[in-house]
Amino acid sequence: MGYARALRCRKCGHEYPIQPINQCEFCLSPLEVIYDYQAMAKELSRKKVAMGPLSMWRYRAMLPVESEEVDIGSGFTPLVKADNLGRELGLDHLYIKNDCLNPTYSFKDRPVSVAITKAREFGFDTVACASTGNLAASVAAHAAKANMKAYVFVPSDTESGKLVGAAIYNPALVVVNGSYDDVNRLCATLVQNYNWGFININLRPYYAEGSKTMGHEIAEQLGWRAPNCILHPAGSGISFTRIWKGLNELAILGLIEPVKTHMYLVQAAGSSPIVNAFEAGTLHVNPVVPDTVAKSIAIGNPADGYDALKIARESGGGACAVTDKELIEGIKLLAQTEGIFAEATGGAVIASLKKLAASGLIKRRELTVAFITGAGPRTQETVADIVQSCTIQPTLKSFREVFGEPV
Amino acid sequence: MAKRQVMFTFPQELIKEPIIYNLSQQFGVVTNVRRADVSENRGWVVLELEGEEKDVEQGITWVTSKGVRVDPVIGDIVEG
Repeated sequence: MGYARALRCRKCGHEYPIQPINQCEFCLSPLEVIYDYQAMAKELSRKKVAMGPLSMWRYRAMLPVESEEVDIGSGFTPLVKADNLGRELGLDHLYIKNDCLNPTYSFKDRPVSVAITKAREFGFDTVACASTGNLAASVAAHAAKANMKAYVFVPSDTESGKLVGAAIYNPALVVVNGSYDDVNRLCATLVQNYNWGFININLRPYYAEGSKTMGHEIAEQLGWRAPNCILHPAGSGISFTRIWKGLNELAILGLIEPVKTHMYLVQAAGSSPIVNAFEAGTLHVNPVVPDTVAKSIAIGNPADGYDALKIARESGGGACAVTDKELIEGIKLLAQTEGIFAEATGGAVIASLKKLAASGLIKRRELTVAFITGAGPRTQETVADIVQSCTIQPTLKSFREVFGEPV
Repeated sequence: MAKRQVMFTFPQELIKEPIIYNLSQQFGVVTNVRRADVSENRGWVVLELEGEEKDVEQGITWVTSKGVRVDPVIGDIVEG
């Protein structure tokens, strides 16, 4: 039995039974899952968690599911001590949470695993999403595992290379002849007309909860404590809010001390509505038209911008945006110091970390965790200029002419 | 009948104009405000629009042409 009790509006507090909806009927704000933490506390202990599977499902008691999970092996990714990068940036206790190492190469496998489990519980036989990359691949892969039909909608300008990552799992891949905004509008209409589980619309409250496991994991991997600082990228802002929720529920359950983590939110300068609001000192996020190579976080009208902003502010953290040029340097720096090839969004995290460390906002002695949420190989074109091989003849002489005599 | 849940963002120069009233009058669209924050500089209003599909569409096009930014309340659906 699970401990999810209801859905609650994040703004006005109105409660709804567990069902496939995502918006408050009264104030039209996002809904989130609430739990019976008292009952949960009776079951959970550090020891019990440690005995669970080596995946995100070791935290199953804190997820809103009742049935057997749809699991392709997501989560429990490495938390790596990044000494080389730390030395470069002047940080003594820097860790990288490498979520590239999920089955479809991004953190999206965590929320999607929960959303598809829930879709099956609600009796949907078809799931759908609109995506330009990581989400599409993850939904298609989980639908394949669950023997469900999947519809994946993509804008017509999506690069063919990115389509392969989803198409391999054999979803209905629908290329919409129109812009990013056209696809947004179409999918908002589809969800009203088809009885589908739309991963990030009517299943969104459940989808979101999967991201909490990133918070659970780092706390466990650090020996059951929350770090001093967290850097995480924000598109819609939803996973940023759920990492915070994940850490705080561990504290509520008595598994860690009260959380004092400073939460830093990262965006690309070409799509930074949340950072803009943070800098302007308001709580209202004005939408923008995205224009950045960091497609995974290129969301101009973030659904959870308000909550993400609130957390960045109330946790004593911040919000940082970097240019495409800076984030590409970030990708290279991470690869060349720690051997981790991140997608553009990860580059934004590293470039922001560099800025925040240089400005003294993140201090040398602080235990800092930077989240790398997606792998680079799917979007290699971002750093294609890196290839500068030297061509030689297949002779020792030719090699020595270029690289010199052996030492 | 069609229903749309949208957010209007008003620039300073349009704060004094009765855009929502005119939308309702000219296009026969029922407007139902759920949340709002309007100051002398800027304003946003979250509202539900209900009417014939073509009237709602034309109404939104008209509001946009006046210089108001119209976004779905639900936020962007396309994710990376």
